[in-house]
Amino acid sequence: MTTAPPLVELRDVSKRYAGVQALAGIDMSILAGSIHGLVGENGAGKSTLGKIIGGAVVPSGGTILIDGERVSYRAPREALADGIAVIQQELALVPEMTVADNVFLGTESARGGAVSRPAMRRRWTELEQRAQFGLDPDTIVADLSVAQQQKVEILRAIARDARLIVMDEPTSSLAREETEQLHALVRGLRDDGITIVYVSHFLEEVLALCDTVTVFRNGELVETLDAAGTTVDRLVVGMLGHEMSTTFPAKQPPPAGAETVLSVRGISRAKVLEDISFEVRRGEIVGLAGLVGSGRSEVARAIFGADPVDSGTVEVDGAPLKLGSPRRAIAAGIALAPEDRKRQGLLLELPQRDNVALPNLATLSRLGFTDRRREDADTRALLAELGVTPPDPARPVRTLSGGNQQKVLFAKWLLRERKVLILDEPTRGVDVGAKRAIYELIVSLAERGLAVVVISSELEEVLGLAHRVLVMRRGRIATELTTDAMSPDAVMHAAFGIDAIESEIAK
Amino acid sequence: MTTDTATETTAAPAAAARFTGGRDIPALARDYGIIVAFVALFVILAITTPNFLTSQNLQNVLDQNAYMGIAACGATLVIIAGGFDLSVGAIFALAGAVAAWVAINVDPVVGLLAGAAVGPVLGVLNGLLVSGVGIHSFLATLASSLAFSGLAVAVTGGFLIDVSSDESFVWLGRGELIPGVRNSILMFALVAVALGLLLSRTLYGRYVYAVGGNVEAARLSGVRTGLITAMTFVICGLTASLAGVLEAAKAGSGQALPGGAAGLALGTIAAVVIGGTSIKGGQGAVWRTVLGVLLLALINNAFNILNLQPQWRDILTAAIIVSAVAVNTIAARR
Repeated sequence: MTTAPPLVELRDVSKRYAGVQALAGIDMSILAGSIHGLVGENGAGKSTLGKIIGGAVVPSGGTILIDGERVSYRAPREALADGIAVIQQELALVPEMTVADNVFLGTESARGGAVSRPAMRRRWTELEQRAQFGLDPDTIVADLSVAQQQKVEILRAIARDARLIVMDEPTSSLAREETEQLHALVRGLRDDGITIVYVSHFLEEVLALCDTVTVFRNGELVETLDAAGTTVDRLVVGMLGHEMSTTFPAKQPPPAGAETVLSVRGISRAKVLEDISFEVRRGEIVGLAGLVGSGRSEVARAIFGADPVDSGTVEVDGAPLKLGSPRRAIAAGIALAPEDRKRQGLLLELPQRDNVALPNLATLSRLGFTDRRREDADTRALLAELGVTPPDPARPVRTLSGGNQQKVLFAKWLLRERKVLILDEPTRGVDVGAKRAIYELIVSLAERGLAVVVISSELEEVLGLAHRVLVMRRGRIATELTTDAMSPDAVMHAAFGIDAIESEIAK
Repeated sequence: MTTDTATETTAAPAAAARFTGGRDIPALARDYGIIVAFVALFVILAITTPNFLTSQNLQNVLDQNAYMGIAACGATLVIIAGGFDLSVGAIFALAGAVAAWVAINVDPVVGLLAGAAVGPVLGVLNGLLVSGVGIHSFLATLASSLAFSGLAVAVTGGFLIDVSSDESFVWLGRGELIPGVRNSILMFALVAVALGLLLSRTLYGRYVYAVGGNVEAARLSGVRTGLITAMTFVICGLTASLAGVLEAAKAGSGQALPGGAAGLALGTIAAVVIGGTSIKGGQGAVWRTVLGVLLLALINNAFNILNLQPQWRDILTAAIIVSAVAVNTIAARR
């Protein structure tokens, strides 16, 4: 493998955006038939580099050689013609169309302008023989899970005879099991001679999967390492430029007599949630774990009134809450930081001030008139306290990094006194350095007396933060784990229902 | 997905970005292009055209375009909240017809008030279709505009209702409450200032931006998104009927299809967009719309004064609309 000429060679590649240096002086090679990982914090330039290789971003300077020949792609279509495909984090499928139609989109077999179904059917059979993904060509893509949709994207790349596939954060919304399936698939692609560029936040994954790893920091290439001889710690040092502790802040158990703040009883919703009951006390952090699709976020949304429920009650400090309206939930003291901050949480084009003030405007205004000066002062103080850089109330949220956006999302609910804080994926898309700051914030909020619910796909996060963990499976709370019983194994067992299967076999 | 990359990369080094206040040239063009265009055209006309910079001409321009300006100010709210109102022309016509009919059959002042009340009532209907039933505003108002136009024919019986002999009716359109300033211009100014303040200074205005910017985020922040959206149609209906009453009073008549009604809905949308308000919602301002209306008015005026062929005016207007939208799109893509 080492004697083969590199499939991709970058020489002094750089990229500037509106005065910001995203990448500078990148020299690297990607060997044919390897899985090459790109890691780095948000803003380090790894995604940009993936997009440059795939033609989605045009570099500001430098040379790119494919098979030793100089290329300068101006659009993804040109890269695709050379066998280079990019699979974005946000999948680019047409949800209303079938699997086969998506796979052949843009390369339909046609006769005189009319799509030829028999010809497409033949191509699909050929393709499926090669890839063996086991997808039904006639399923509507919207009905597939994210993991299956990803397979459709990969199949699309294979159908276009891709030699190199760039995957940008492919596992960020996959459950652990699905991640492992994807990895098996990626290894299979490599064994078939397809080169993979794998951009990811998850360092363990990258080490387990990749042959080679390149570390980026602030738009510069730090080092390229052989994955086999590297550790996560080594990668983190490279990404951050210094060592850092990945441990969680010390847990401060809630006082023994802490009263119940949130009480959820028997919440059900057909096909989504079944008899969800739990309580959260003052100062307590309760974790909600489970596979993606197990109903974690749906529990949060039901309590907050964002989704309708069929039955069940919620009480806050003993007072019943009429479900079904976020407005009423907020009035009762519940706050929800939703999982998808860009779609559900933030007004990206508006300044930080407007975002932070939005749920608090009633108390920040007088007789229906807003008071910008007061909003500015309050927002600035809070943003500074949360460590948002810069704490400039007038700055549009879109221009902030993921970690800072997440802090703005928290800030919305911290400007005024709340009782219950529900955090859905509080560190999704947040880089390593900012994660720790968010963990400390969550712990300090609980210490201040808030009842906190943390939902996360990252097991370490739930276990590291929560005093108690509720594991969900298929819309139900499968089990509750407390201090000593809280282990990754116990959570995974409950999440996959392994105990249940074993006991059934025992019968 | 270049926007993602931009977000990611602008995070750390802010020094260079601070130079332009964090914005690049397309964004600056989007934010201030309308001011530059308006001032430039004004200065050019003032220098090259002898009859332009006269009190008489400027008052005429404002007077002739006041109805468009009033209706466009209301339409701005609908567009910022993420919707469209295609029924403003029909409301405009029906309001004038109702005002004239009531003026003849009941009382002229009651007629003016009744005409003005037509818009908010029909706006409630639009709001219910959009927020209550959940029909896309484009289709809801397209359908309702047909019904409103039909009503206008029913009210007038297809004839012109002549009120020109009624002094108090036509006073609204031709008189001067403040000596030296025609009522139409005063009404335009009042509507612009009132709606400008409503958008920029009140709780309601902030919610309008929030709903247009990200309706789900607004809902999860406790905003009554349906009510906020519905209210934009009520306000837009009010401005459309004010414009309709004004023009009926000016003409001294009400009819099912008065001058100006046919192209009003699209005209207001064009003026709003030319001003730099985003067609996607969440961004914009009333002062932008005022400048958008005035820019179109100046172009019109220039063609009249210079006696140029009107088809070139339409082509120029089209070019301005396209460039305004293009600048907005390019700025958003960065």
